[in-house]
Amino acid sequence: MNAYLPHSDQDRAQMLAAVGATSVDDLFAALPESLRVAGLALPPGLTEAETRDHLQLLADENKLWGHSSFVGAGFYRHHVPAAVRAMIGRSEFATSYTPYQAEVSQGTLAHIFEFQTAVCELTGLDVANASLWDGPSAAAEAAFLALRATGRDRIALSGALHPETNQVISTYAAGPGFSITPLPVDETSGQTPPPLSGPPSDTGVVVLQQPNFFGVVEDTAAWAKAAHQAGALLVVVQNPVTLGVLEAPGVLGADIAVGDVQPLGNGLNFGGPSAGYMACRGSLLRQLPGRLVGRTVDAEGRTCYTLTLQAREQHIRRAKATSNICSNQALNALAATVYLALLGPVGLRELGSLCLQRAHALQERLEALPGVTAAFSGPFFHEFTLRLPFPANEFRRRLREQGVDPGIPLGRWFLEKDRELLVAVTEVNSPTGLDRYVEAAGRALTEGVAA
Amino acid sequence: MTPGLNEPHASRPAADEACLEPVRRGIDPLVFEQSRPGHRGLDLPPAGVPEAPLPRLLPGVALRAQPPRLPELSEPEVVRHYTRLSHLNHSVDLGIYPLGSCTMKHNPKLNDELAALPGFAELHPYQEEDEVQGMLRLMWELEQALCEITGMLRVSLQPSAGAHGELVGILMIRAFHRRNGDAQRDTILVPDSAHGTNLASATLGGYKIVELPSSDRGLIDVTRLRQSLNERTAGLMLTNPNTLGLFEEDICRITSLVHQAGGLVYYDGANLNAILGRCRPGDMGLDVVHLNLHKTFSTPHGGGGPGAGPVAVGPALEPFLPLPLVQQRAGAFRLDDDRPLSIGRVKGFYGNIAVAVRAYAYILRMGGEGLRQASGDAVLNANYLRTRLHHLYHVPFDRTCMHEFVAAALKQKARGVLARDIAKRVLDFGMHAPTVYFPLIVPEALMIEPTESESLESLDAFVEVMRRVDAESIEAPEVVREAPHSTPVRRPDETRAARRPVLRWEPDIA
Ligand SMILES: Cc1ncc(COP(=O)(O)O)c(C=O)c1O
Repeated sequence: MNAYLPHSDQDRAQMLAAVGATSVDDLFAALPESLRVAGLALPPGLTEAETRDHLQLLADENKLWGHSSFVGAGFYRHHVPAAVRAMIGRSEFATSYTPYQAEVSQGTLAHIFEFQTAVCELTGLDVANASLWDGPSAAAEAAFLALRATGRDRIALSGALHPETNQVISTYAAGPGFSITPLPVDETSGQTPPPLSGPPSDTGVVVLQQPNFFGVVEDTAAWAKAAHQAGALLVVVQNPVTLGVLEAPGVLGADIAVGDVQPLGNGLNFGGPSAGYMACRGSLLRQLPGRLVGRTVDAEGRTCYTLTLQAREQHIRRAKATSNICSNQALNALAATVYLALLGPVGLRELGSLCLQRAHALQERLEALPGVTAAFSGPFFHEFTLRLPFPANEFRRRLREQGVDPGIPLGRWFLEKDRELLVAVTEVNSPTGLDRYVEAAGRALTEGVAA
Repeated sequence: MTPGLNEPHASRPAADEACLEPVRRGIDPLVFEQSRPGHRGLDLPPAGVPEAPLPRLLPGVALRAQPPRLPELSEPEVVRHYTRLSHLNHSVDLGIYPLGSCTMKHNPKLNDELAALPGFAELHPYQEEDEVQGMLRLMWELEQALCEITGMLRVSLQPSAGAHGELVGILMIRAFHRRNGDAQRDTILVPDSAHGTNLASATLGGYKIVELPSSDRGLIDVTRLRQSLNERTAGLMLTNPNTLGLFEEDICRITSLVHQAGGLVYYDGANLNAILGRCRPGDMGLDVVHLNLHKTFSTPHGGGGPGAGPVAVGPALEPFLPLPLVQQRAGAFRLDDDRPLSIGRVKGFYGNIAVAVRAYAYILRMGGEGLRQASGDAVLNANYLRTRLHHLYHVPFDRTCMHEFVAAALKQKARGVLARDIAKRVLDFGMHAPTVYFPLIVPEALMIEPTESESLESLDAFVEVMRRVDAESIEAPEVVREAPHSTPVRRPDETRAARRPVLRWEPDIA
């Protein structure tokens, strides 16, 4: 008996008779004897209740910070509305697949079309795809797109990209053997200043993060100019939550915008799944990776939606496809779409502003504590880097003991930045939560520089 | 006709007029078209801190001049819109979904509940390791189970989907050859029955492709393979059972030939559901395997993701796995990124973890014996459909199949009805269609994978529909050619969609 398998033994016997086999094992006759195994060394199956208990125990071993966490660095703790969860939980969305048969997939096709529209609106660019695997892999795909478009093979990466984005692009680039040029960060402002002479002349793409890994807002427009002067395209990796407040990358001259929609209605889930978004100028459309949904009419003239321009994709183009992507992150893109529909344009601006105001308020109060300084002078959004009088790991330890997870020490990625802490603030960090942080930090700092 | 089977509209002309009216309206206006100024579906608290004007907080920063035109709607309006959209979808929870190569099996409801436990769902990926021991243990135990199932040595959970796993495998093969001073190996061999992602992933990884024609038994032609192997061969990518649903009987000879030539063998695990608990890729001599948790391990397909494509390796490729790996020492778990030969990362953080939690729950629930039973039933179901349909639909490689089989609608084509038309007609009966026109080596392909989740009654109902569509192809081919008749929309104009692409809503396109 197995609750997931409908057949009774009688059903199986009847079907075997129809097939002309005497046992299920007979059906595996094509497997060479030497390869056959009698079974797997896995424990016997559990009941539903037992499985639940087992996983509950594992879940209980993990610490939940709730709204006392100030850790961001790519994945942010925002409120996920109940309506978002309810909509992505609908089994008509969750238990269907890629909308190959448009007639029975209009629900999925329509919400992807809405997602594409929302991404275009956010980024100020002409076309957007149905989603990619996540922000970092979308950045790698964007760099490749730009190299196809420019016919060059050098990628320039801002030194203020998320280190994991940098690593993903580098890993992808190893395949075709593309070269990578790092663009240094100004240690005072925390920004990536466009070099006066522009990036190296064989550069096909410049990749910039907005706000950057240290929380600092970069000058997209200046970089667009510098990249274009060098004959390169500009890719901006932007947190979409900022786009009600910050000018759209497309308006500022970026050619491609990518990022992760996790902050828009997608939970943390220990880092995944979320979805990558990608938008670009219309002139790059044929080079775009991933699924695209288009509006059309049906045999009776009714407006409807269908997968389109599939000649870019692996199932048609095979080795010559613009990407290998097949399954993407449709349900996570839906979460973002529902989230944006609930929030609206005013809500998005208010949300961005709320996170920003609270982040600035916290930063100002922390900076007033003895020995604490802002690591960078450049403008920041809702995340900032502090420089502490002793190692940030020790600071984090002391604050965790007081019930606050204060941010992520940058020594994890940059050995020389062992006193720097990256702090993220969102709408879930309440004013009392900020007070608690400041008080805990005050105590931690007066404990002295013991380590 | 089987009782309970949905009668399509076309056969019930009397009901047509009454039923079609609501359907004719097609689909609801988009969320953007329903927008009404001042509506709001989510409220935010006041800042509660001293505020300053944005230009003062963001000196020199370009602030948004034109707000994005996002919809303005209240929660009931949003919920109603998406609920109504959802009703336009077919899904596994509604009916059979025999989409070959996609393993549309039942998605257990328990798994969703467990993945949503706050102890998993609310973890930040950068929490300290001592706070996420339960999570890391789950990842470790899932890895151990996948190693046992595949017979491989280690697993990375990082790739987001099958194709992402393929890219990882290809990049590891590349790193392996470079490490051995074998950089001249620049070619990957791929059978002509392969899924498109195999070729695209190998190209993305910097390789040239040589396609291997299949033998007249639908398998890898060992002679052709031997002729194609040389000092430029980096590896072979294969799928077993292959996309025809046939087991590569010479698999051991194939892997040893490739190894003798200095290449490695990649296993596309999309079809692992056929062999769970029956045989293992590791025992076949394969060097690297990807698994689709969203196929074999029952996680929902989400309308096109999220899935997960963990990659399992043998000893040759273990040093090259992506960063980080979960390690266990003295009962404690940690994330190890001190692996100098690693290819690096292909994704932020550690993988689609909420998908991994579901797969883990599925494996626990099934146990070793249950997984073996699942592959048995999947193979039985496919053979049952094959034997009940092969008189009506030509099956080019008509012998015992594994979890799926591929028919060719050649008889029907001679009557003016294509595989595409058959697929559309199946939709009229409340079922999803088989995969069509894949694999490419079968003309008018109908690729049918019922999975183990379908009951005998459900399979019989599908047989009945396929019978009826075949009969219609003789008696009333236009009914099939013009199908579907009962779906919310009928035959979107794809040519128009591609010639004049409208890829986003704008206020004036309505
Ligand atoms: C045989 C085969 N290989 C690879 C893939 C790619 O898997 P994914 O869509 O998870 O990237 C598929 C998916 O349909 C497949 O059927």
